[in-house]
Amino acid sequence: MKLAFDIFTVVLVTAGALFFLAGTVGLIRFPDSLTRLHALTKVDNLGLGLVVLGLLPQANGVFGALKLVSIWLLVQLSGAIVTQLIAGAVRQRGPQG
Amino acid sequence: MTILSVFDIGLAVLILGIGVWTIAAREAFAAVIGFVVYGLLLSIAWVRLSAVDVALTEAAIGGGMTGMLMLGAVARLRLAKGNDTRASLPVRLAAGVLCALVAAGLATAILSPPEAIPTLAPMVMENLAQSGLGNPVAGVLFVYRALDTLLEKVVLILALLGVWSLAPDSVWGGIPGLRLYAQRSSTLTFLAQLLPPLGIVVAIYMCWVGAKEPGGAFQGGTVLAAMWLLVMIAGLRSVPSIDQRWLRLLLVVGPVIFLAIGIAGMVLATAFLAYPAGYAKPLIVAVEFALTLSIGVALGLLAAGPPERVQRP
Amino acid sequence: MASFLFGAAGFVLAMVALGLFVILQRPAEVDHMMAAQLLGTGGVAILVLLAAATETPPIVDVALLLALFAAFAAVAFVRSASGSTSESRETASGG
Repeated sequence: MKLAFDIFTVVLVTAGALFFLAGTVGLIRFPDSLTRLHALTKVDNLGLGLVVLGLLPQANGVFGALKLVSIWLLVQLSGAIVTQLIAGAVRQRGPQG
Repeated sequence: MTILSVFDIGLAVLILGIGVWTIAAREAFAAVIGFVVYGLLLSIAWVRLSAVDVALTEAAIGGGMTGMLMLGAVARLRLAKGNDTRASLPVRLAAGVLCALVAAGLATAILSPPEAIPTLAPMVMENLAQSGLGNPVAGVLFVYRALDTLLEKVVLILALLGVWSLAPDSVWGGIPGLRLYAQRSSTLTFLAQLLPPLGIVVAIYMCWVGAKEPGGAFQGGTVLAAMWLLVMIAGLRSVPSIDQRWLRLLLVVGPVIFLAIGIAGMVLATAFLAYPAGYAKPLIVAVEFALTLSIGVALGLLAAGPPERVQRP
Repeated sequence: MASFLFGAAGFVLAMVALGLFVILQRPAEVDHMMAAQLLGTGGVAILVLLAAATETPPIVDVALLLALFAAFAAVAFVRSASGSTSESRETASGG
């Protein structure tokens, strides 16, 4: 059982790390602020979600697992809203900031 | 070279790099962003140094509150000097020399420690169980060095008085000039409705858990202050004028209760700020809750700045 | 397991460092504001991985505060960036 959990953790955390890589590549390669913001928020959040999912079996009991999930939800929600705010600032000031 | 030391070295290099970028930044706004990034990264460094309480405070104060304070300063600087917000060269040279001296002093202290490092940590851990606390940091803050903690809270209020004293006489007791978000934004309104309830729960949790695990009144208070500032920036609540009674009451309730318990200790226990046997933990928790409120209000008002206009009658 | 998690944390740290390098190099202010968002996700991932690797649950609390304050910092940045053009405060009138 523990082996199954460990494999689960390794697979998902690796997937999450790969998503972080993809997000960073997007940050480097995308042409303008809005697309970079897109890559940063969506992809990095998904990476964090996969990492949190992978760490659930290693968590400190049910309470610890719930705490991890609620942190991910918080990051997801606040990240989505903050992105809208930054995008609003981009639109207001034009692409040269 | 283990993975862990690679991580630590990488983190240290990153933090230093951000520090260099912050100093070299052309504009004050960019430098403040660099400083906030530096603070948030430093909290990871504190975690690696096994100082989780300090990491919590660094993320809260170094990441959020100080950034807020300095952005307010940058805004006032822009009003005064226009867009050229760089300090003059002599000022920057003097700051650089002083910082280098402090860094050299710290480096000497850390790199050449005395033969037997004097530490009271073992004694703290031995006697901690008597107070009923599980967190040694809370033990030091509220049992062994309670006087320092009391004085720190008073210093916070004095700092706030210092900020208030910058107001011109005509608007004394007026409304702080916290710069709000420029346009009515439904996005920010949504965030300011969503986050503060969560923040209040987190603040209560931080305060409560501080007795056993890393946490405490200061971190909880900072979260409260940030949530209050968020609500005011979004325009959901107006900035209160500083002569309101409830505001001043909340500001002093923490230090006053702390002081009262300390004075009661002279009667009920053996000395000032001593706790009667068996009652230490509930008293400390009560003090922590009161302090969380006071710290929250004090930090929020510090970031809001001096009064700038008066309530229309 | 612990060394794998440390390695993952180190990888995410490298990604955050690379991202910061790219973001902060650009001249526009709006790009710099994204740094708060980057740390809000990447930093939380690093801390959560460290918490599992060292089996120290309180580090998850640091991740919680980091998430909250990264969002707060981002709001402060956006307010300061856009607030410089239109200050919507009522004009003062003493007494």
